Amino acid sequence: MNIHEYQAKEILNAFGIPVPRGRVALTSDQVERASKEMGGRCVIKAQIYAGGRGKAGGVKLVHVPEHAQEFGKELFGKRLVTPQTGPDGLKVRRILVEEAVEIAREFYLSITLDRESSRYCLIASAEGGVDIEEVAHKSPEKIHLFTIDPYTGLRPFQARRIALALGLTGSVCEDCVELILNLYRCCLEKDCQLVEINPLVVTKAGWLLAMDAKFTFDDNAVYRHREYPDMVDYSQLDPLEINAGKYDLAYIKLQGNIGCMVNGAGLAMATLDVLKEFGGEPANFLDVGGGATREKVAEAFKIILEDSDAKGVFVNIFGGIMRCDIIAQGIIEAAGEVQCTLPIVVRMDGSKVVEGKKLLLDSGLNVQCADNLGDGAARIVRMLG
Amino acid sequence: MSILINKDSKILVQGITGRSGLFHTQQCRDYGSKIVAGVTPGRGGIHIEGIPVFNTVAEAVHYTKATVSMIFVPPPAAADAILEACDAGMELAVCITEGIPIRDMVLTRRYQEESKTLLVGPNCPGVITPGECKVGIMPGYIHRKGKIGVVSRSGTLTYEAVKQLTDSGLGQSTGVGIGGDPIIGMKFIDVLKLFNEDPDTEGVFMIGEIGGGAEEAAALWIRDNMKKPVAAFIAGVTAPPGKRMGHAGAIITGGKGKAADKIRTLEECGVTVAGSPTKMGEAMLAALGNRT
Repeated sequence: MNIHEYQAKEILNAFGIPVPRGRVALTSDQVERASKEMGGRCVIKAQIYAGGRGKAGGVKLVHVPEHAQEFGKELFGKRLVTPQTGPDGLKVRRILVEEAVEIAREFYLSITLDRESSRYCLIASAEGGVDIEEVAHKSPEKIHLFTIDPYTGLRPFQARRIALALGLTGSVCEDCVELILNLYRCCLEKDCQLVEINPLVVTKAGWLLAMDAKFTFDDNAVYRHREYPDMVDYSQLDPLEINAGKYDLAYIKLQGNIGCMVNGAGLAMATLDVLKEFGGEPANFLDVGGGATREKVAEAFKIILEDSDAKGVFVNIFGGIMRCDIIAQGIIEAAGEVQCTLPIVVRMDGSKVVEGKKLLLDSGLNVQCADNLGDGAARIVRMLG
Repeated sequence: MSILINKDSKILVQGITGRSGLFHTQQCRDYGSKIVAGVTPGRGGIHIEGIPVFNTVAEAVHYTKATVSMIFVPPPAAADAILEACDAGMELAVCITEGIPIRDMVLTRRYQEESKTLLVGPNCPGVITPGECKVGIMPGYIHRKGKIGVVSRSGTLTYEAVKQLTDSGLGQSTGVGIGGDPIIGMKFIDVLKLFNEDPDTEGVFMIGEIGGGAEEAAALWIRDNMKKPVAAFIAGVTAPPGKRMGHAGAIITGGKGKAADKIRTLEECGVTVAGSPTKMGEAMLAALGNRT
């Protein structure tokens, strides 16, 4: 689960990590007022669920409140396109107005999961403010990686080692040690998959500040943080994906015209692969999951059909527990409700497959039943080609 | 012989009184698995489907000498269930549960990796030795006893592969679903090591997907150690970066974890990679044929 920069900074602040003074604005008037509060000179930052905002024109330093308001007017409602947003970009509905800071040094600091060791690891680099992946690629020796033993947690002597490795000395070094320890505590308590401060700056006056922050919460832990669901900015999410989430369906909208419904993430990915292999373009990824009921199958089908790009549907269900006649009923129910005339190809395997196929072929829908995965993919591509 | 489980394995089920736990207990037992006990805190003393239920794993082990645990406990308590199985000295814990928080698994793995308990999963379909024993949710009917070891991060994609193997005349020695989470117990390498030493396994089929570096690490191990032919399929060649494709662990981040990179590394290490999910059986035949 993602949150905005301003929310991330609120959390860091609550954990004793210094952040720049700032205000969130929902209108350009609020931007102007916030800018006045900062003394006129401030940074205007678009809040979207993606990085790369600076280069896309989503971040600007202004010197007077009038300019702040103008820029705010320009930004609000605009779809900002960055390398991380996809071609449609993300709508700007919130702006963070922050004090301008005199930067002396920039660092990179993050805590994330290291799958290799099954532990959290801290990543630090004296090359901050830039694309950390580029640094990792070009100068890997500049990246310091520390895996953290969950039994001890991150100890002060380890945090000190990291601060020293960044080239810090004196009181700033001590501040950094405390910051690092607080960051680890924050990562655990908030159940994060990633907490990233890039850049972590030392100001000219000698203070540490988290200039930009990104949090990704562990989706599996949202259930134990009551406040998280209210923190979501739905304007940043695809409406079809939001709807699917309500039914506990994994759905991702893609660019093609073949709607897909599959049970199982790996098989769903492989289904997209095989459709493309046969020259087709999937309209979506959808994993209907293991224990899907007739209602869930019906909802899944309806969600696929709500995508106007979908001109046909490929259903690939390898049932073990899922009964094919139940799946067939779900499809017929949904197709009937929305009066679907689109071509459908169904490939089913598992229990009650004969009954399931019969139900489909007798339903009056524009449906074909395939013998296997390749046969199914070939059919739907041919029907829409 | 096979690996991990066989017809004599004594199995207990943690979470046996839940809907999923009970249903799959019956399915496994119908397949031939020896389910000797169940564990549900607070329900100790009852029998369910003729199986004795205990309050703790330690008690169940004491009375029934079970060595394998199949875990169907819901996410908020599943990590603790794994810890309990390790603490009771079980040989193998297979955790089916999907949705365990990362923080919980980090701590659990730390404890488990120093215990004598092998962990498969979580978020996995389980382990099956065809014709002998099933500890999981996979459909038994598609499997056939044979010589191919199967190891996979996926559930239903594994069934597709197994069906193709069976249709190609290639039965399976043991099938291991290692799961779709970013933090799991046995990784590809750990299972490959067992298959390497198993006299009943003559070849291995691996199913991977986008996210992480486990396939690449396995490829290097295969190049340096594997005595038997390996074929593979990697799902997600067409997956867009940055999007979580169903499984918590299936995500390309920072340019890492792409299917194309995994495929290239595997091929460079002598693994026959199927170019299409429709050609997985063929790939295994090719890998076996190359060795004769």
